[in-house]
Amino acid sequence: MQMTRSTYRLTRDRVTALIMLAPSVFAIAVFVYGFIAWSGYVSLSDWSGILANDIKFVGLENYASIFNQGRFQTDLRNTIVFTLFFVVSTLVLGLILALMVDARVKGEAIFRSIYLFPMSLSFIVTGVAMAWIFTPGSNWQNGDSTGINLLLKDWGFANLQSAWITDAAIWPLGGWFPDWSKARLGIPLAMIPVVAAATWQMSGFTMAMYLAGLRAIPEEIREAARVDGANDWQLFRRIILPSLQPVTLSAIIVLGHVSLKIFDLILTMTGGGPGNATDVPGIFMYEITFKANKFAEGAAVAMVMLVMVALVIVPYLISNMRSEES
Amino acid sequence: MTWQEQFARRWPRVVLYIIMIGLAIVYLFPVYLLLITSFKSFDQVSLSRMWEFPASFSLESFDRAWNGGEGVIGMSNSFLNSVYMVVPGTIISCALGSLNGYVLSKWKFPGSNTLFTLILFGMFIPYQSVLVPLVQVLNTMGLYGTIPGLILTHVVYGIPITTLIFRNYYASVPTELVEASHIDGADFFGIYRHVVLPLSAPGFVVVAIWQFTSLWNEFLFGLLITNNPEIRPVTVALQNLSGSQFTQWNVQMAGAVMVALPTLLVYMLLGRYFLRGMMAGALKG
Repeated sequence: MQMTRSTYRLTRDRVTALIMLAPSVFAIAVFVYGFIAWSGYVSLSDWSGILANDIKFVGLENYASIFNQGRFQTDLRNTIVFTLFFVVSTLVLGLILALMVDARVKGEAIFRSIYLFPMSLSFIVTGVAMAWIFTPGSNWQNGDSTGINLLLKDWGFANLQSAWITDAAIWPLGGWFPDWSKARLGIPLAMIPVVAAATWQMSGFTMAMYLAGLRAIPEEIREAARVDGANDWQLFRRIILPSLQPVTLSAIIVLGHVSLKIFDLILTMTGGGPGNATDVPGIFMYEITFKANKFAEGAAVAMVMLVMVALVIVPYLISNMRSEES
Repeated sequence: MTWQEQFARRWPRVVLYIIMIGLAIVYLFPVYLLLITSFKSFDQVSLSRMWEFPASFSLESFDRAWNGGEGVIGMSNSFLNSVYMVVPGTIISCALGSLNGYVLSKWKFPGSNTLFTLILFGMFIPYQSVLVPLVQVLNTMGLYGTIPGLILTHVVYGIPITTLIFRNYYASVPTELVEASHIDGADFFGIYRHVVLPLSAPGFVVVAIWQFTSLWNEFLFGLLITNNPEIRPVTVALQNLSGSQFTQWNVQMAGAVMVALPTLLVYMLLGRYFLRGMMAGALKG
C-alpha cells in the first residue's frame, strides 16, 4: 500500500490511527532521541556530580580527556579485538553448524536445539559458568589446577594449561608500545576465553540465520549444478556461499552491534581484568559515571559507543527501508 | 558389499556425526558443570573433583542460594521482583506492539516508513547513551528505584522490537480483508477487534516469548535503576552473588541454574516461536 501525499486524506479512522501511535512515538522521541541529545549535551559540559546547578560548556574537553587516558585507549583496543574475533568465530562456527544440520542428518532437531539453547540464557548466567570454567586455579603451574586446566591435566595435556582469564599478557611479544599510544597494542590473551564464551552463546543465532538462508536456496538450483557435474566443493563455493551473502551481512551487523556494546558478560566473567586486559567502554562508562560521578566524561564515552554502533546500524536501517519501499 | 566397502562409502557420514556429537557435548558442557556443581552438598565441594559427578544429590546449594545464610543474600526476593517486573512488562509490551504494528502496516501514512525506521533505531542503541537522563527522569517522576520504573523502562525500550515483529506479522494479513471490513462499516477498532486480533495469536506468542526472555535476562537497567537491594531483579542478584568472595562455587552455580531455568523452560517448550523473535531482530534475515 504505497501512499503519496496527494492521495492521502485524513479520515476519522486515520486520525484515530495516528492518535493510537502517538504515545509510542512520543516515548521513543523522549527516551531515545531526547535522552541521547541530553547525554550529548552533558558530554560537552563540565558536569561532575549529582547537583546540576552550575554547569559550564567546555566544548570537546571531555573527549580530549578520555581519548588521552590509557584506560580508554585500552578499551578501544579491546573492543576492536573482541569484535573481530567474536564476529569471525561466530560466523564461521555458525556456518559450519548450519551446513552440518542441513546435511539431512538423523536427529536434526535435537542437534539444532542443543546448538541454539545458549541464546535463551542471560549473559550473566553464561558469565558465571564460564568464569569458573576458565579460572585456572590459584597455583596451576604447580598442579593446583581448576576448571578447564584440571580437565587438560587429567586428560594428559598438562602443557596446554594456561592462565586463561587471569592472563595479563599481550600477544605477540608483549604488545607493541609506540610513542603515540598509552595502550599496549596487540591481543590481550585474557580476551580469548571471553570470546569463546560469547561465541558459545551466539553461534546458534548465526546457525539459525544460515539455516534459513540455506533452505531458501531452491533445490532445483542445486540439482542443476550437480547435473552439470559440479562436485560438493564447487557447489558450495559457486552456488551456496554466494547466495548466503545477504545473510552474512545481516549477521555481521547484528553481531557487530552486540559486540560494540558488550558489557554484562565481561563484567561478570572478568570484571574487566586482569589490569584492564578485558575492559571495554561499557564498563568504563559505568564505573566513571556511577562510581566516580564523572558524569560528563561518562557521557562522552557513551557518545563514542553510540557513534560506533550507529556507523554499523544506520546504513543498514536505511538500506532496509529502501529495499522495502522499492 | 563387505563391511570395509560399506565403511569406505559411509565414512564421511560417520565423521559428520562424530563432529556433530562432539560439538553437542562441548555446547552442553557448561550446563553439565552447572548441574553437577549445584547438586553437590557443601562437604562434597572440592576443586580437584569439580568435574566429577556428585556422590549423592543434595539440595543444600539451592537452599542456600534461594534462602541465603552465612554471608549469602538469598535470591528468593529478587526472583519475585523479576516476576513482578517481567509479567506486566511483557503484557504491556504485547498490547503496545500489536497496536503500533497494526497502525504501521494497515494505516500507513506519508512518512510512516521513515518514522518506523526512526523507531527501530531505538533497539540498537547502546543504553549507556541514555542512562544518565533516564535515571534523572525516573527520579523526577518518583519511579527511580521502583519496579514500575523498571517496567516503564523496559516497555519503552521494547517498543521497537515489538512493533517490528507485529508490523511484519500483520503485513501477511491480506489488506483486502481489512478493506472489505472497512466497506462493511467497521472503524479502526472494529477492524482491529474482528479482523486483525483473531489472526494475531502467533504474533502475540512470538512477542511475549521475546519480551519475557529479554526482560528476564536484562542486566544493565536492573543494575542502575534499582539502587535498593530490595527491588533488584534476579540477574543483578546473581551477579552480586558471583562477585562476593565468600560465596562457594556450588551456591553460585545453583543461583545460575535458578536464573536460567524460566527462560530455558520457555525455550524448550516454545523454541520455534523464540527463534522467530530472534530472527526478526535481524530485520531481513
